Amino acid sequence: MKYLPLVWAALWRRKPRTILTMLSVVVAFLLYALLTAVNAAFNTGVELSGADRLVTTGKYSITQVLPYGYWQQIKNMDGVEDVTFASWFGGYYQEEFNFFPQFPVDPQSYFDVYSELTIAQDQLQAFVTTRTGAVVSKTLAERYGWSLGERIPITAGIWPLADGSNSWEFDLVGIFDTADPAARSQHEYMLMQHEYFDEARQFGQGTVGWFISQIGDPQQAPQLARAIDEQFANSPNETRSDTEKAFNQSFLKQMGDIGLIIQSILGAVFFTLLFLTGNTMMQSVRERIGELAVLKTIGFSGGSLLMIVLAEALMLTLLAALAGLGLAAVLLPGLAENMPGFSGLALDLEAWVTALLLALLLALVVGLPPALRAQRLSIVDALSEHA
Amino acid sequence: MIKQIYAVTAMNLRSLPSRLGTSAVIVIGIAGVVGVMTALLAMAAGFQATLASTGEQDRAIIMRSGSLDELSSVVMREHASIVAEAPGVARNMSGEPMAIGELFMLTNIAKHQSAEPNNVVVRGTTPDVLDLRHEARIVAGRMFQPGLREVVVGLGAQRQFSGLNIGDLVEVREGKWPIVGVFDSGGDVHESEIWVDREALVTASRRSAWNSVTVQLEDAASFAPFKDAITTDPRLKLQVQREPDYYASRSKALGQMITGLGYTVAVIMGIGALFGALNTMYAAVATRTVEIATLRALGFGSVPVVISVLLEALLLAVVGALLGGALAYLFFNGYSVSTLNFQTFSQVAFAFRVSLDLLIQGIIFACVIGLVGGLFPAVRAARMPVADALRAA
Repeated sequence: MKYLPLVWAALWRRKPRTILTMLSVVVAFLLYALLTAVNAAFNTGVELSGADRLVTTGKYSITQVLPYGYWQQIKNMDGVEDVTFASWFGGYYQEEFNFFPQFPVDPQSYFDVYSELTIAQDQLQAFVTTRTGAVVSKTLAERYGWSLGERIPITAGIWPLADGSNSWEFDLVGIFDTADPAARSQHEYMLMQHEYFDEARQFGQGTVGWFISQIGDPQQAPQLARAIDEQFANSPNETRSDTEKAFNQSFLKQMGDIGLIIQSILGAVFFTLLFLTGNTMMQSVRERIGELAVLKTIGFSGGSLLMIVLAEALMLTLLAALAGLGLAAVLLPGLAENMPGFSGLALDLEAWVTALLLALLLALVVGLPPALRAQRLSIVDALSEHA
Repeated sequence: MIKQIYAVTAMNLRSLPSRLGTSAVIVIGIAGVVGVMTALLAMAAGFQATLASTGEQDRAIIMRSGSLDELSSVVMREHASIVAEAPGVARNMSGEPMAIGELFMLTNIAKHQSAEPNNVVVRGTTPDVLDLRHEARIVAGRMFQPGLREVVVGLGAQRQFSGLNIGDLVEVREGKWPIVGVFDSGGDVHESEIWVDREALVTASRRSAWNSVTVQLEDAASFAPFKDAITTDPRLKLQVQREPDYYASRSKALGQMITGLGYTVAVIMGIGALFGALNTMYAAVATRTVEIATLRALGFGSVPVVISVLLEALLLAVVGALLGGALAYLFFNGYSVSTLNFQTFSQVAFAFRVSLDLLIQGIIFACVIGLVGGLFPAVRAARMPVADALRAA
């Protein structure tokens, strides 16, 4: 610790070089933080989804519709505590690229099963009793500036009204949020009454998209899933049930290996960074051979010199890494607001720890060769060369 | 002037080998940026090309008006017959209209070495589809037979998903259907699909209406009158699009997303590389302080000095861009993957495309970094007072 001023002085010996190198490291860690946050946002759906909920879809595809009557049948099964369902409305607000999901649901049971959703009791009541009522997530209400009582037009992509028109309208009666802000991107959608939807649509009456069952004992999930599927086996509408976690995981996998793509990008970033900072450290030590030799002459041991150079490298990468992460932490909330589906974009503790470990590793790799050189320095050679 | 630039630049470049370490910072930094950018843009380009290459200008796809894609569209059989008789629809040798109402469904199939289900398109069509989509042909096995539960699989689907070889059974609807053939449709989006007989699929899925109708027009110019006839018919609530327009529109969201990611990452990495380039060029100038001052003392102007430093930075940047582009080409060109196109909710197999355009774009991007990175050090070199610089030695 007492060498801190010495290390500090050495670090700023050539200010422009140190600042430029630091800025590169800042940029690399900024990119690391942003991409890690995006990757985490993709995965929160899997992490936060319950192992105590089962999703039941059509056997061959989630796009197959199932009979409404299955609702009661699943409810009656042993081990199932509560069941709700949803359908895919597939419409859009104003234009196709304003994309967010809309689900016609049974209001009360939906909020019962998804207990992590928070909504004012009177708003939920209004949703239950208003035929054309709809509720949206807080994130959507903020993005589109909607307030309670507003009529929201939704153009149907799949389900026309009975007269063939695609123009649906819903009355906003409630705004819900999630207890855990990180789960927001998982619940960024609009809900409307299934009853109204089913009556008003042109075709498809009596069907729903999928069922979500709350089960008592997560340990029983595989058996229960099998029991549900067996109940409907050999019927015209066979099913496929799985835990919500597995369901979300397999959906994520459909997009391909996002994690791998992001890791490859970061791999390239840090590989180039290695050269950059490595070069700076080498240069910095090369220029100071004379000074280091003087330090050795006045009694510094090889070990202390090694530590001094390493500390310099560590200070360089750590300061810059912290700056990059800090910058990302400042930028992320703004990005989250403007990226549909990424409302939960944030840096978690794991990302911070990993980043700091990366900075430490970087410091070791780039600092060790020059540090060893400083340690092995022969005073006579060094002084005679740099006198 | 030119002579001076040449002399100074040549001198700089000859000293490059003695500064290999610092110069490598520019080369490797820029190679990293250009490599990542090219790879990501090649992914977007490959995806978009796969969709944009689907269909022909003289074919049209008809869906329910308001539907964004085939999956969410419904076309009643009787309406499909009206479409087939509309003006502008081409007829085959036996005088029948070349129009096929098709079913578009999804089924769950796992990728190779994985168990998770993926949304693979099952297209219910007729054997005549090979006349309608003349770019498609059976490359192994045979076509499915009308009325039978048989499957032909696209080459792309076969490459990406497991259990799609001739003789295998695949879950379609109401159980497993045997695969009897493989088709090639020139690398377009249909190659990611599996095709079955539509009447067999109607029975198995208990659906009565089609999802879309695809028609061969007499020629590309027949599109307008055909479209007018359909959209003004009071019995129909259908929309008409040229095939390439429809398929290209389905690649927009994902294509833009990957392109956006590519540019964002490239710009951020580029800024990082810029700092590296500045560092290197400042160091390069610093080590040559005496040489530059000597030249100036001999009467060389400051412009040749500035230009020579810029040229050196540019040269290193271009070398980096070539290296990065070459790596992206080696590792990714033709690399085929399959992803969920959320605009159609189905899997699309495609290959990365590292095109000449992308490589050129990479070189331009690198030159910008090189120029900016070289400019400030160059100006400093030119501004250095000759006497001070010489004394510094």
